Amino acid sequence: MRKYVLRFTALGYLLLVLLGPLVMVFVRAFDKGGDALWATLTDPNTLHAFKLTLVITLIAVPLNTVFGVVCALAIVRRRFPGAGLVNAVVDLPLAISPVVVGLSLFLLYGRTGWFGPWFERHGTQILFSLPSMVIATIFVSLPFVAREVVPTLREIGDEQEQAARTLGANGRQTFWRITLPSIRWAIIYGVVLTTARCLGEYGAVAVVSGNIEGRTQTATLRVQDAYENFNQAGAYGIALVLAAMSVLVLVTMTLLKPKEDAA
Amino acid sequence: MYLFTMPMNKLKLVLAAAALAALAGAATAAAGTNLSLVGYSTPKTVMGKIIQAWQQTPDGRDASFSQSYGASTDQARAVANGLRADLVFLSTGDDVNLLVDAGLVDSKWNRQAYNGIAADTVVIFAVRNGNPKHIKSWNDLTKPGVQVITPNPFSSGSAKWNILAAYGAQRRLGKSDKQATAYVQQLFRHVVSQDTSGRNATNTFLAGKGDVLLTYESEALNARLTGQDIQYVIPRQSMLIELPIAVTKNSSNKDVANKFIRFVKQPAAQDLFAQYGFRPVNAKVARKYADKFPSRPGIFKIDDKIIGGWRHADDVWFDPNKGRMVQIERAVGGPTSG
Amino acid sequence: MTYLSIVVVLPIAALVWASREEGLGTFWSVATSPEALAALKLSLGMAFAVSIVNAFFGTITAWVLVRDDFRGKSVVNAVIDLPFALPTIVAGLTLLALYGPQSPVGIDVSLTRKAILLALLFVTLPFVVRTVQPVLLELELEAEEAGRALGASEFRVFRSIVLPNILPGILSGVALAFARAVGEIGALVLIAGNRPFKTEVASVFVFLHIQGGDQAGASAVAVVMLSISFAVLLLIGGLRFLATRHERA
Repeated sequence: MRKYVLRFTALGYLLLVLLGPLVMVFVRAFDKGGDALWATLTDPNTLHAFKLTLVITLIAVPLNTVFGVVCALAIVRRRFPGAGLVNAVVDLPLAISPVVVGLSLFLLYGRTGWFGPWFERHGTQILFSLPSMVIATIFVSLPFVAREVVPTLREIGDEQEQAARTLGANGRQTFWRITLPSIRWAIIYGVVLTTARCLGEYGAVAVVSGNIEGRTQTATLRVQDAYENFNQAGAYGIALVLAAMSVLVLVTMTLLKPKEDAA
Repeated sequence: MYLFTMPMNKLKLVLAAAALAALAGAATAAAGTNLSLVGYSTPKTVMGKIIQAWQQTPDGRDASFSQSYGASTDQARAVANGLRADLVFLSTGDDVNLLVDAGLVDSKWNRQAYNGIAADTVVIFAVRNGNPKHIKSWNDLTKPGVQVITPNPFSSGSAKWNILAAYGAQRRLGKSDKQATAYVQQLFRHVVSQDTSGRNATNTFLAGKGDVLLTYESEALNARLTGQDIQYVIPRQSMLIELPIAVTKNSSNKDVANKFIRFVKQPAAQDLFAQYGFRPVNAKVARKYADKFPSRPGIFKIDDKIIGGWRHADDVWFDPNKGRMVQIERAVGGPTSG
Repeated sequence: MTYLSIVVVLPIAALVWASREEGLGTFWSVATSPEALAALKLSLGMAFAVSIVNAFFGTITAWVLVRDDFRGKSVVNAVIDLPFALPTIVAGLTLLALYGPQSPVGIDVSLTRKAILLALLFVTLPFVVRTVQPVLLELELEAEEAGRALGASEFRVFRSIVLPNILPGILSGVALAFARAVGEIGALVLIAGNRPFKTEVASVFVFLHIQGGDQAGASAVAVVMLSISFAVLLLIGGLRFLATRHERA
């Protein structure tokens, strides 16, 4: 009996908070009919927004992946003073509000900021343009690969690597042949999480982008733009596409989890 | 042991720097002339049409636009902070003055045709269907139980117009400066939401909050065009809203931008303005649409003696430290900055 | 590590510096202005409330996922991670669809504090579930069985045997949820509104003040939020240490 109470409490809660609303997105997106939805989704500014989101993601993910792996190796394998601090700093983006991130970029690259005037003299725009959006997205999606790889590295230990070294392998060979394969599922899982975070970024990018249609509007900013311009069905439509991408990410995460746990 | 991490780090840095440089470059490259238009929160639809029309003309054929819309004062501040703009289409001369003071707009901007104004509109009351609370005049707004929606005057141009209209209406009715200011404070006790921009305030009202929304006539008409069911009242005393358009000093396309501004004030564009709910500044076009835009005996302007122009109004009402709105907001528990 | 400095350390340093710029006195007066205090209080209050609620439901959900079995359980398990994968603004929009002005079930909480609660419940849902689940999985049933065999009630078994083991897990989940809730912005933008003293949370305060050119005010509140984030991170680190010490012993 108690089992059923617990089960239905849990499922009921999930339905109210999670699943019910999600179904509504689907319904609302088709409010004005499939044709109107298609028109919104293929509007040039909306297509640009999707493209922009993808471009930013394609830059941020590889950079953060390389960083994550290198950082994890340094934290776990190298005993240097301050390793714990580095570990904490890497985790920082998870606890900081995206608007705080946006603000700090403003303070760095704005007209009265630390670096702003230098960039302005050289004719490069950082704020209200792609570079600041990329930097913001890199910041918020920084920790994921590192956080997945660190515990895995700790768990598997370095015996294999030591063995390889006694057999005469150099650093590079050890890394590519021994270390990397053993952490590959952790890396992939981290990459999936990083990608999801990049696709979904809103707060930091909203602060630094200037919201220029067809220039600096990402897909998430586009949702807000559509909603505020009396195009609710359009907003739900774009949200639906983003939600579909998230579900894809979710499925990938689920399929990868057992592999990551087993590795 | 991990010597390869060194070149790896450097490689990352080089990649990152190259990526940033390429991006910054790509962001600025474009074929033909690209004009950046920074606008206030509500004219997106009509500007889209006017731009399209201009691009059919020889002057505009090779031009493309990037557009950004948001709360008028916030947008002006963004431009002052580095948001690239060739043209600004803001909702108050006050916000253009902000850019003049920042050295980004020529101080003689209002010597252009029609004093630098692209179109007009008026302050109106948007009400619920059937006007259940019978809101017709400014005094109806301060009746018990009436909930008013108006934006935040520190971020929105629309809010500034609403406040000056409220004040001016009382002065027109014979009240003294002190009494009229007291009325504004009384009004703000009825305000239940102060959104960042005029458009956000409209959305709040459409979402079911409040009994009356103080907004532009153009916004109400524009909302109707997109299928929103909005009913509105033009009070007997109201303010003429004059919407300025200007070129920025650091624009690299000044000639083309000025050509666009000239087009905006010509009959074709003025006609589009009228179709989308704005009162044309061109007298001939205005006559054509006289039925759509009723006049009111009590309509006053920003330069009338009771208001005293934007510089004066900004000093008295909207100064972020000593202005009357700061005191009023403090008294009613509202926002004291944008 | 240069990458780390450029991307993370530098911006944070700039932020802390900027709030110093006009002097500690100005910082204090701005950070304790009525509007700022109200926003911070609201954020903390809301974050606390949703952390507790999700601690409760999260533990139940983790229990059900580990100890119970029913058709579709694996789907439910996957769905829990949805708030991690979904863009926050989409989350806000989805809640608006069901609990906003055009709600099909007639519930409209938009622009109220309930909306803030709802949005934050959504985005913090997975945390406690995911921190408690692995602990429950590992927990050997024998201790519980022994307890039951000795005649202890279910509640007693839970309280004395299960709870001490999952408590660190619950607490880390709560800390993560708390930090997330304090900083959330995307899910709140469309549904919560921004009335000072009523529905304006700290993150919205900072956002609006950046737009409004009040960098000093925004920085002051942002630094307070940053300190909260640091404190929470330290707490989580401490909890992790405690939990693993329990293993190492």
